[in-house]
Amino acid sequence: MSALVSRATRASRVAGLSALGLAAVLVSAPWWTDIATERLIGEFMVYLALATLWNLLAGYAGLVSVGQQAYVGFGAYVLISLASLAGWNPLWAVPMAGLGAAAIATPVARLVFRLQGAYFAIGTWVMAEVFRLVCAQISALGGGSGTSLTPAAMKLVAATRPAREAAIYWLALALGLGAVAVAYLLLRSRIGLALTAIRDSEIASDSLGIRIDRVKLAVYVLVAGLTGMVGALVELQKVRMSPDAAFSVNDWTAFVIFIVVIGGIGTIEGPILGALIYFVLREYLAELGSLYLMILGALAILVMLTAPQGLWGFVQRRFGLSLFPTGYRVRGL
Amino acid sequence: MVEPLLRVEALRASYGDARALHGVSLELRAGETLALIGANGAGKSTLLKAICGLVGQNEGRILFKGEDIARRPASRIVRLGVALAPEGRRMFPSLSVEENLILGGKARRPGPWSLESVYALFPVLKERRRQPAPAMSGGQQQMCAIGRALMSNPELLLLDELSLGLAPTIIKDIYELLPRIAAGGVATILVEQDVTRALATAERFVCLQEGHVSLEGDPAEHSRDDITRAYFGT
Repeated sequence: MSALVSRATRASRVAGLSALGLAAVLVSAPWWTDIATERLIGEFMVYLALATLWNLLAGYAGLVSVGQQAYVGFGAYVLISLASLAGWNPLWAVPMAGLGAAAIATPVARLVFRLQGAYFAIGTWVMAEVFRLVCAQISALGGGSGTSLTPAAMKLVAATRPAREAAIYWLALALGLGAVAVAYLLLRSRIGLALTAIRDSEIASDSLGIRIDRVKLAVYVLVAGLTGMVGALVELQKVRMSPDAAFSVNDWTAFVIFIVVIGGIGTIEGPILGALIYFVLREYLAELGSLYLMILGALAILVMLTAPQGLWGFVQRRFGLSLFPTGYRVRGL
Repeated sequence: MVEPLLRVEALRASYGDARALHGVSLELRAGETLALIGANGAGKSTLLKAICGLVGQNEGRILFKGEDIARRPASRIVRLGVALAPEGRRMFPSLSVEENLILGGKARRPGPWSLESVYALFPVLKERRRQPAPAMSGGQQQMCAIGRALMSNPELLLLDELSLGLAPTIIKDIYELLPRIAAGGVATILVEQDVTRALATAERFVCLQEGHVSLEGDPAEHSRDDITRAYFGT
């Protein structure tokens, strides 16, 4: 009896190659599409990144945060401060937003990690509100009504509008695809092993000497940093900024949770599928106004009741398909 | 007198309002094998869980190498040298056999146990090292659970319900390997439903009954009737 065992499947190899091909097509988009399409794909990348990152937190580390808007808004504020007040090139401010968000996430984690379950969720939301209220006090950045990136700062990104749009688009692409790549590589690393073990059973992990709190802290800080970079990107895309929009719980957390839940929590593919579904729904239904939101809510409830592992979990169970395998499988037995 | 490796003093442990242990005391010397027997609900598993830090509410002292570990977190206790092969094996289902073993080495204690020596003890695990843990039989999973516990190079190994749900031939195989583990100087507490086998393996036994120690000593010095009485409480 001989069996070949590997992580890879035929589907995962096809997926890997198609992902590379698709990435190449996306990178070249500024040469064959218009600005409106670029912006749409850019916005999709924002949600792809946020959903992938939230999934790392909630789906793997068991940290159900409803306060990720804290780091989106924080990243946006770092960018606008460095660009408009200090005169930096906004593109250079993006990694700084990431470092800043990771740095501030460390003391925040010390506070919110004292809370468990639902209290943790509420605690993160409260922290995000504190961030919003503090930022609304900064009069140099327009206080509660906010401000816009200066034209001079935007010119530093690139001199002409098409070049600027393309630069912001590529940044979005890098963050969206980068977040998926980071999640995939993280889960296959040593810390990913611990993270998967924690997801499988916290008690067994604890009794093996895995420092659960430390692993969770590492994931929380990493996710906060990358979320901060996404926040800076959002600021570049929108130009105009107010504390209410930058720290919006609906835009940066509620829709993100919707994406992860319908796509499939605890898988790499779930947030990708969820983000696609969300964008299709939004493109066709958004003009229905509040009815559109009711449809989203009903769909989320339906998926939770009939396929608790999300649509990707359903596909995976039904067809044994895995495009980004992080575990092993047996072939030829 | 030499300080014992483990000394449990008047340990009381509860789950919420339900008290499972009412003042249990016992001692274990380095390298010794102790059988912990008792009927269902006598508190055997609770005692093991309390020793490795998985029962939150406990009173009394658990001295391991002279240090009180009664209220230490589990991840700290395993670093001091206490490892558990839990009841029901608790494999990580999304991970391979080898990944399960590697996680057992997270405590990074030095010693003789490594992937190679665990594979030498259980060759079947080496054959299956790339397979997902749930693809193995119950006996192989139990070997993997023991191997995973050994990976932390413990001085005290806790084996909870070693033979539960396993085929008799597998049980025999695993019991034949226990002396090889003990030969490395590891002390073992063996929780077992199969009393005869446990008493034949251990140097000493402790019998629990409704959260108290009802009898303890050398298995050879107590009649089968004494032990049966201590076990069932008749």
